[in-house]
Amino acid sequence: MEIVDEANRLARVDVAGVQRTVNVGLMDAEGDPIEPGDWVLIHVGFAISKVDEAEAAQTLLMLRGMGQDFETELAELRESLIE
Amino acid sequence: MRFVDEFRDPELGRALAAEIRQTVDPGTHLKLMEVCGGHTHSIYRYGVDDLLPENVELVHGPGCPVCVIPMGRVDDAIAMAHEPGVIFTCFGDMMRVPGSNGTLMEAKAAGADVRMVYSPLDALRIAKSEPGREVVFFAIGFETTAPSTALTLKRAKAEGVENFSCFCNHVTIVPPLRALLDSPDLRLDGFIGPGHVSTVVGARPLEFIPADYGKPVVVSGFEPVDILQSVLMILTQLRDGRCEVENQYSRVVPYEGNLRALEVMAEVFALRPHFEWRGLGFISQSGLRLSDAYADMDAERRFSVPGVRIADPKACQCGEVLKGVIRPWECKVFGTACTPERPIGTCMVSSEGACAAYYNYGRFSREREVV
Repeated sequence: MEIVDEANRLARVDVAGVQRTVNVGLMDAEGDPIEPGDWVLIHVGFAISKVDEAEAAQTLLMLRGMGQDFETELAELRESLIE
Repeated sequence: MRFVDEFRDPELGRALAAEIRQTVDPGTHLKLMEVCGGHTHSIYRYGVDDLLPENVELVHGPGCPVCVIPMGRVDDAIAMAHEPGVIFTCFGDMMRVPGSNGTLMEAKAAGADVRMVYSPLDALRIAKSEPGREVVFFAIGFETTAPSTALTLKRAKAEGVENFSCFCNHVTIVPPLRALLDSPDLRLDGFIGPGHVSTVVGARPLEFIPADYGKPVVVSGFEPVDILQSVLMILTQLRDGRCEVENQYSRVVPYEGNLRALEVMAEVFALRPHFEWRGLGFISQSGLRLSDAYADMDAERRFSVPGVRIADPKACQCGEVLKGVIRPWECKVFGTACTPERPIGTCMVSSEGACAAYYNYGRFSREREVV
């Protein structure tokens, strides 16, 4: 992300490999400014939310942990020989 | 793509489905409503419902912005489009929504200058490049879209673009949810909360659902793994006897929402005393108009329009579909007289509409087959 028009709060962003200009004026809340390298959610030409990488990673970690239990259980089931 | 592929991982999906089966009480039949049309689309695109046990039913809610626009408002839009000198701009889906006498697409074919835009900023650009014409933007959508319209109007005002106006049909999510919860037709056990609306309003406005109605809510992302995880979180709340608002989509939704977006909305819009929803009727304080400070950019004040309430076609059951009372294929005209190519009702127009999702992903007229 790179700001291309400061007055109108326009930024150039990479959308799935294509360079597009979007408005980032809705990301101007105090305390958490948008910066180059941030991931944003875009809707009708406006960035409406920043994607929080740490939160995404945490959700996946939790899910993979759960998946691991399931995999372990399946593996154990395969090993089991109930007659 | 990052933050997308990981949430489409089939292994995670299968693991979640197994966990869901372990969590749900097999002796109950649970109805969970996904509020947002984006969820409905995702559920049918990825077959998420086929991974759920038979006793967990997903009911589709009123959160498709195109679907809730009543016919009378489309008629008003067409009347504006036919005014001399007007360039009427709207999102692509709205071109195909039938009013009582055709669509905006048909108005265009009959000579009106109707143009499809991706963003309200595109409409503003047209206004600046055609200073001799009146450019109207047909604004629709929930709180997800309203801030973008608001910021565009602020910019138009700041730049003194006098030939730009807005036909405002923005709506808010809480009043229709309250109307649904008050409706005796429908018994729901929990809600998959609207992810993108919540990026703007936050999760707090949904707290009335557990507080006043005792139903769990989980704000959810839009990938299949997000939706399955949200279902699991709702079922876990029900199993544990908890009832609260949880945020599965924390990577995008801050609990407090987007304060800048709310600020811009508060400046540019004001609540209407009531607004008509397709199939749901008039709902108090559910629609937005331009605030007094922006009244000169209000297309409803700039142009004279019929403003007539038009009853939905008798054959069309969009109202029952929007309230989750019937399944799309239970509607008499689903897939026969009403198709995405020639829609009668709005739910068949937008890709977020439940009827279009069922039709496009092959759920024509059958009960669910649980695998």
